[in-house]
Amino acid sequence: MKMQSDLGRVRGLGSAKSGASHWWTQRVTAMANLPLGIWFIISILSGHAANYYAVQAWLSSYFHSTMMILLIVSFAIHASHGLQVVIEDYVHNRKAEMISLMLIKAVLTFLSVAAIVSVLRIVFAGA
Amino acid sequence: MAEFNLPANSVVKEGKSFSAPADAKNTRSFKIYRYDPDSGDNPRTDTYDIDLDKCGPMVLDALIKIKNEIDATLTFRRSCREGICGSCAMNIDGRNTLACLKPIDDIKGEVKIYPLPHMPVVKDLVPDLSQPYAQLASIEPWLKADSPTPPDGERLQSREERAKLDGLWECILCFSCSTACPSYWWNSDRFLGPAVLLQAYRWLADSRDEYTGERLDALEDPFRLYRCHTIMNCTNTCPKGLNPSLAITEIKKMIAERRA
Repeated sequence: MKMQSDLGRVRGLGSAKSGASHWWTQRVTAMANLPLGIWFIISILSGHAANYYAVQAWLSSYFHSTMMILLIVSFAIHASHGLQVVIEDYVHNRKAEMISLMLIKAVLTFLSVAAIVSVLRIVFAGA
Repeated sequence: MAEFNLPANSVVKEGKSFSAPADAKNTRSFKIYRYDPDSGDNPRTDTYDIDLDKCGPMVLDALIKIKNEIDATLTFRRSCREGICGSCAMNIDGRNTLACLKPIDDIKGEVKIYPLPHMPVVKDLVPDLSQPYAQLASIEPWLKADSPTPPDGERLQSREERAKLDGLWECILCFSCSTACPSYWWNSDRFLGPAVLLQAYRWLADSRDEYTGERLDALEDPFRLYRCHTIMNCTNTCPKGLNPSLAITEIKKMIAERRA
């Protein structure tokens, strides 16, 4: 039985005094994703990903390999922040929430690092 | 997980029907949610056919007519009948609003009336609002200042400073907005909800208040404030035409501003 007052329950553990940087980062990465996404789509449509050698030639450019890694980082951060919000919204079992949050971050970290390593391997394969 | 289905004892069943008098020419059906916790029965919807020629123009007039003339057991809150007390907030025709400000003529066909969504129901159309009331108390909605009151007894405000409170002070705390917000449905235990956040901003925007920093500290929380995902149901539903979504954005802007 719970006899705690409504005000006591609402105040709970107090303010986390955080959340602003999460909110801000999500918006900044959303803005960054726009030009990065457009660049990516244009590059793919202009045939830079036709085969391995085309990709290698494309990514050997300083500009394009930098853009590619920025895109991976920005997309991964945005996805991780967004999925975190979805889980916090809907998963109310504290244990399940923690586990799924950690799982999502682990998977996204692994995928983005793997993607960056792949870009570097392609870039340096010719060198 | 969030619950998307009603528990078995909350499933709404078809209830009684009350037909209009035989001589009525201009009738309208009102389908109203009924729930009595003492009976142990599931909630039900009762249908009342009303002679609109012998009824006032607003949904609240119809509810009062039903209670006076057809079914005295119908329970709802009402007081001022002119949109200033906030008592008769309920879900009419799928939208949270004040029964006293909602013309029956605005609704096509059957008028469906439910209590404010996702709140515990005390009886029929009366929701238990203890939680939003406690949340309102938690943001300390009163002027807080350390400067002593001026000798002439008033803390002055310029016209421009006072103008910043327009669109905020008019809120009557009917909680139509908070109970229309999906974020509030899923996380009302921790998210303050649009009504309370609009009140929080009313004191953040007040030039006489000297506790802006402390107020922002208390709000800066992934759940209390940042559960707002700008869905804007609050602004769409507000029967007073206010914009809680904008107030919440202003709070987020204030917090962003003090970081940089």
